[in-house]
Amino acid sequence: MAIRIKDYTQKQSPLTNGHRMCPGCGAPTAVHQGLMGVESPIVVVNATGCLEVSTTVYPFSSWRVPWIHTAFENAGAGVSGVEAAYVALKKRGRIDREIKFVAFGGDGGTYDIGLQSLSGALERGHDFTYICYNNGGYMNTGAQRSSATPKGANATTSPAGSVVPGKIQKPKDLTAIVEAHRIPYVAQTTLFNATDVAEKVKRAVETPGPAFVNILVPCVLFWGIDPALQQDICKLAADTRFWPVYEVVDGAWKLTYKPKKRVPIEEFLKPQGRFRHLFKGDGSKALLEEIQADVDADWQKVLDRCGETWEA
Amino acid sequence: MPRREITSGNWAFAEAMRQINPDVVAAYPITPSTDIPMKFAEFVANGKVDTNFVTVESEHSAITACVTAAAAGARVMTASSANGVALMHEIFPIAGCFRTPIVFGLVNRSIGAPINIHCDHSDSMAERDAGWIHLYCEDAQEAYDTAILAVRLAEHKDVLSPVFVCQDGFITSHGFEPVNLLDDETVQAFVGRREADFPLLDVDHPVTYGSFAMSEYYFEIKRQQVEAMKNALRVYDGVAREYEAVSGRFYPKLERYRTEDADFTVVVMSSASGVVKDVVDELREQGIKAGCLRVRMFRPFPAEELAAALGSSKAVAVLDRALSIGGTAPLAAEVKSALYDSGKHVPVQSCVYGLGGRDFFPQYARELFADLSAGKVSREERYLGLLE
Repeated sequence: MAIRIKDYTQKQSPLTNGHRMCPGCGAPTAVHQGLMGVESPIVVVNATGCLEVSTTVYPFSSWRVPWIHTAFENAGAGVSGVEAAYVALKKRGRIDREIKFVAFGGDGGTYDIGLQSLSGALERGHDFTYICYNNGGYMNTGAQRSSATPKGANATTSPAGSVVPGKIQKPKDLTAIVEAHRIPYVAQTTLFNATDVAEKVKRAVETPGPAFVNILVPCVLFWGIDPALQQDICKLAADTRFWPVYEVVDGAWKLTYKPKKRVPIEEFLKPQGRFRHLFKGDGSKALLEEIQADVDADWQKVLDRCGETWEA
Repeated sequence: MPRREITSGNWAFAEAMRQINPDVVAAYPITPSTDIPMKFAEFVANGKVDTNFVTVESEHSAITACVTAAAAGARVMTASSANGVALMHEIFPIAGCFRTPIVFGLVNRSIGAPINIHCDHSDSMAERDAGWIHLYCEDAQEAYDTAILAVRLAEHKDVLSPVFVCQDGFITSHGFEPVNLLDDETVQAFVGRREADFPLLDVDHPVTYGSFAMSEYYFEIKRQQVEAMKNALRVYDGVAREYEAVSGRFYPKLERYRTEDADFTVVVMSSASGVVKDVVDELREQGIKAGCLRVRMFRPFPAEELAAALGSSKAVAVLDRALSIGGTAPLAAEVKSALYDSGKHVPVQSCVYGLGGRDFFPQYARELFADLSAGKVSREERYLGLLE
């Protein structure tokens, strides 16, 4: 399963250069890193969102592989249909190639509006990989809050005001919801390390049956970060334990990244414009403590599931 | 060997599906079309077909999977009704624009509220501008035949558009009647094998479906669909004649029932046309020149043919099993528009009947013909069988 960066440089990414995603955006990085380890031909299904809009501006396409988009809430059903056609035509001897199927959706299209469609596809057991590029909001329509938006974030439908300090709810634990479908492979990662995404997606794609990878990616525009800091902010997400990095293989949870020391959540929040209001004066001290307590509790849950202890 | 069986509209449609043996069926249950996927599931369970049957978790996912499976290169069928059709609404224009030749058994049922399981055409009429061909069947025999014929129409290179094969919920879908069935080999030979032009699964020739087209290109892409629909008017006749050659049954776009010399003509769709035709016979015996024009193809709308068929009538009534609340009922609007363009001024009475499964009795047709003969034609929409 080990992947060598050197090999990547020799390989053409399914996504070309010259697409119209923002500089520093994590979504195309997730596509490049994720798909470069995949050997077999693939068909890509894309939910509506930044990745879809910015890579297929007619009459151009940034995709070197077959690609389809229908709507926002249905990437799960969309990939089911393509895979169903493949299974049918293969059975009838009309296709002899090995082809794999990969769906991409943002957190809006996955956590929220597309959850039902994804759940159905997982339960039916199609052979596909679903990759959620999770940037914590509806960034394509201008940073509205989603159920993946972190507590305390300033989003355009949960703005930080004089009374309400941004989004007040915790994000849902989608990776655990997906895992509850008892599918063979589930993983959560971020762009903190170039081989981790590649290894997890490769394993997901090579696993027969449904697989899911939840990749935390920055939206430079609405996270309010320097585009050059893509990997740094992702590293902080992992090191502050805001975004635990793990995989679940046939129901067995495994922590795949253990931060070496205890880094306070402020380190992840502070560089981001969307949390700036939390650091003006002392007014948000209680909220920051609450966010830290959430992180600690969620981390403990992951440790328990993985049968791990962590001392730092 | 061809067989004759007592069966229902739903089962007849499902039997056609068995004989077609499509690559993929993705479906979700809803009254009154549920029998179709249920019967088909039996065929799958008993090895009568080797279709990949995808039991999705909603109608939205059903039509999505149909579109992407068809784009992948598969021959695809499904069925639904009413609110299920409404839930699919977002995806229908995508199917039309992707030119995915899905054959869809649409079992007509009213759209809530109030929630009601019985027949009217409000579900399919809400989808009339989606870029789908609409064929409306009078009975189970026609639903069976049309399912088979529609595969060829949908997949024809000059058409490449999805097709709704509509039948009346419960009246046709659950009514049992004798149906002549072709043998499996004849159906297989007639439908042949789908050869898709730009399948997603051709990984050596990657294509992009569903890209983002702004004002510079959107209009031209939609315009191409208009041309495909025009082609469907022409292509239909050839496919229907080919089907006649193998089945002995011919289905024109418009069924002209004693309209050649008719003074008074009622225009109607689907199962209620049987009642109207009976009344036409009755009136003809009394020396009244009554006629019935049954519209089988609603999209594309055969406007010129319709105007030619109605042009010599002194008065026309149009029966709609759907409302366009605040406007003209869908079929009446088409008929009036077709006549206007033909330059023939024929008085047209728009009538709405049968909403939510309200029965349509011969007496309503008799009264209607009597009013047409008496010159009682109003611009006001009339409601047949309304109890108020």
